[in-house]
Amino acid sequence: MSVGIVSYGAYIPKFRIKVEDIARVWGDDADILSAGLMVYEKSVPDLDEDTATIAVEAARSAVSRHNIDAKRIGAVYTGSESHPYAVKPTSTIVAEAIEATPALTAADFEFACKAGTAAMQACMGLVGSGMVDLGMAIGADVSQGAPGDALEYTAAAGGVSFIIGNKESEMIAVIEDTFSFTTDTPDFWRREGMPYPEHGGRFTGEPGYFKHVTGAANGLMEKMGTKPSDYDYAVFHQPNGKFPSRVAKMLGFTKEQIKPGLVVPWLGNTYSGSCMMGIAATLDQAKPGDRIFATAFGSGAGGDAFSFRVTDKIDEVRDAAPKVQELLKDPVYMDYAMYAKHKGKIRLA
Amino acid sequence: MSVARFWRKQINRYNIVGTHCKTCDTHYYPPRNVCPKCRRDGDIEAYKFAGPGNVVTYTIIHTAAEGFEMQAPYALAIIELDEGPRFTSQVVCDPKEVSIGMRVKPVFRKLGESGDKGMIYYGTKYVPDNDRN
Amino acid sequence: MRDVAIIGVKNTNFGEMWDRSFRDIVVEAGVGAIEDSGISGEKLDGMYVGNMSGGQFVEQEHIGALIADYSGLSLDLHIPSTRVEAACASGGLAFRQAVMAVASGHEDLVMAAGVEKMTDVSSTAASAALAAAADREWEGIMGATFPGLYAMIAKMHMHQYGTTSEQLAAVAVKNHQNGSMNPIAQYKNRITIDNVLNSIMVADPLHIFDCSPITDGASALVLAPADIAHEYTDTPIYVKATAQASDTIALHDRRDITTLDASVSAGKRAYEMAKMTPADIDLVEVHDCFTIAEICAIEDLGFVKKGLGGKMTEDGETAIGGKIPVNTSGGLKSCGHPVGATGIKQLVEVTQQLRGDSGPRQVDGAEVGMTHNVGGSGATAVVNILSRKR
Ligand SMILES: [Zn+2]
Repeated sequence: MSVGIVSYGAYIPKFRIKVEDIARVWGDDADILSAGLMVYEKSVPDLDEDTATIAVEAARSAVSRHNIDAKRIGAVYTGSESHPYAVKPTSTIVAEAIEATPALTAADFEFACKAGTAAMQACMGLVGSGMVDLGMAIGADVSQGAPGDALEYTAAAGGVSFIIGNKESEMIAVIEDTFSFTTDTPDFWRREGMPYPEHGGRFTGEPGYFKHVTGAANGLMEKMGTKPSDYDYAVFHQPNGKFPSRVAKMLGFTKEQIKPGLVVPWLGNTYSGSCMMGIAATLDQAKPGDRIFATAFGSGAGGDAFSFRVTDKIDEVRDAAPKVQELLKDPVYMDYAMYAKHKGKIRLA
Repeated sequence: MSVARFWRKQINRYNIVGTHCKTCDTHYYPPRNVCPKCRRDGDIEAYKFAGPGNVVTYTIIHTAAEGFEMQAPYALAIIELDEGPRFTSQVVCDPKEVSIGMRVKPVFRKLGESGDKGMIYYGTKYVPDNDRN
Repeated sequence: MRDVAIIGVKNTNFGEMWDRSFRDIVVEAGVGAIEDSGISGEKLDGMYVGNMSGGQFVEQEHIGALIADYSGLSLDLHIPSTRVEAACASGGLAFRQAVMAVASGHEDLVMAAGVEKMTDVSSTAASAALAAAADREWEGIMGATFPGLYAMIAKMHMHQYGTTSEQLAAVAVKNHQNGSMNPIAQYKNRITIDNVLNSIMVADPLHIFDCSPITDGASALVLAPADIAHEYTDTPIYVKATAQASDTIALHDRRDITTLDASVSAGKRAYEMAKMTPADIDLVEVHDCFTIAEICAIEDLGFVKKGLGGKMTEDGETAIGGKIPVNTSGGLKSCGHPVGATGIKQLVEVTQQLRGDSGPRQVDGAEVGMTHNVGGSGATAVVNILSRKR
């Protein structure tokens, strides 16, 4: 049975902080940082936004984009590394808010930045086997970077929801295949009860990101017998602008192929939402028949690669919900003090 | 607010779900189980509102209610839904943006939490509907 | 129904009474009222005590019994004592219950009292306790505060009628002027319009000087059947009307945001009961928990057309010596607002005015006075009319 994306929805909080405003606090050189990271500003959640509220907004956007009867959704999986509760699912909040309850299964996923794509794969299995009619996979985060840590320049907020189904007539993109590449590589982690993650510095690059992204990407192309030039677009996990650009080049994809999905320079790293945001931004402008290649990366570590073929249906549903570029427009900028308040770095008690 | 007390009305807060009296065709949000117009002759059913509405009146709260200190200053408003009922909600935006009569639309936000250990309460707040103002 | 008269009154000092407890102040007021009436405590047939939130302010419920006990009216005498609660209208309501008890013939000598001890908790906790007078599930949960609710009334009043911040401030200035002449007042300082406008914003458009304070205080009075009132006092003050009305608990459900229909309704019933009109009233104590509340009150009680309360205040018509003196005590704003006591304090003030006992703030020739006590943002209102003449 073929499976595919029936709808998608994205959500990005309206606040931004510029890299230079963070750099000023820590005495770093903003120009060098921005050039190196290829990130200029990042999204910041409102005081009353968290992963659950972002997941709900993304989920509602996906439901309304294709006018989906939420009762058809038989599974809601939310991937995040910043679930508001350590124990108690985010996905039940989402399911209740979109009125998909009670006849469904739900669970939260965690795999650093690729929990959302892992949720997509789980949904593919469920709808592909006919266990459920539609599955909803969400990647959402209000990721945390410790004050002064390199991650603080990029850790952003946002979320994306995909509704996965098995009826080709309602798919906007067929998922041609998926392949994952997973090892136990401790390049980034956060211990229970700790507010900020730890990372292996440069160790996150070669043995982490690049090994697993290329492993998954090459694995999928090998499995499918495809090559980079078979694709119109490509999306790679974007913790910054540099990594996806470099990995694209390593794999043989061009700058033009990754351009529409490279949203990190003006958004930052939305972690579980990162690669999915790139896919959403690409779907926002893809034409029927286009093929999209995507690979997510999650520290710890693994890569999830996907091959999509866009259908005629895309033209019918694309404009019915805000596009990623629209969500990025007209941000409200804040200084580091307000940012610290929004991120809970200022505590009243 | 206790866990059960919040949970009981959760569906009315996650979405704008109130009630409707079939006898007199009046909508209620917050929900009422007795129609004040028809009383025992009323016939109440659940009703899901579209969501958008107008600001009837508002204030900018500087001295926050307990638990809302981090949000101060925040805009609190009485909102009139397109179907008629009025209720109280925050309008999440730059307080300077709020005005009487402005169009607002619902968003899903944290309403509050019981300290660091307790429940997080989610529900509907409002934001300016900039496409319609 | 029998006519009823007030034969004794007493207010404690209002303010932050760090060295005095809940029971200290209510006993002082009760004993003072009994002394003033010339009766002996054991002659009381019953007590009605207004108290909004002993539970939250002093973690004490069962207020009625506590007060009877510490007034020495429980041991041997076992005098019935009942707590009455309607948020900030608790005092006014306790009075109404007491009047009905006497009027019905069920009881003869009855005490009506009110008390609140608000400073034994933090101001945050006090604000949270007060917010419980609004709709906890549909107002409080959204971050509504009491100043916030009245601020929304003020915003609407300004929008609809062009009422200004200066006019709101004029209420506070006038009430501080009156309070400066009241020995029990919490704030005896006079203030200016600029003081109000330059004070910090609590809930736009209400500044801190637009708000009544947190206060400890107690008030009490003794009622008797009018027929025997002269046995105890030369100046009984007669209860011509006591009326109460309800409205929606939440501000958002009101018919009109800037009208407290409960005040209008209780006012109408009171005028009918007393066979009077606003023109017959020589002075009124209204519920100015916020400056906008006084403006709404004088409109809702018929002293001025809707929308013109601000102008009337600005023009000085509500000052002592004006067309209708409002809040000669200093009101809730300057005299203080111990929530459960306020309704009784208003009646004590009017009684003293009608007796001619009000010293420098005396309204010349006062024959008839009114009190207006509101619970919450207007869900309960109590209006009473008192007269020198039976
Ligand atoms: Zn009805």
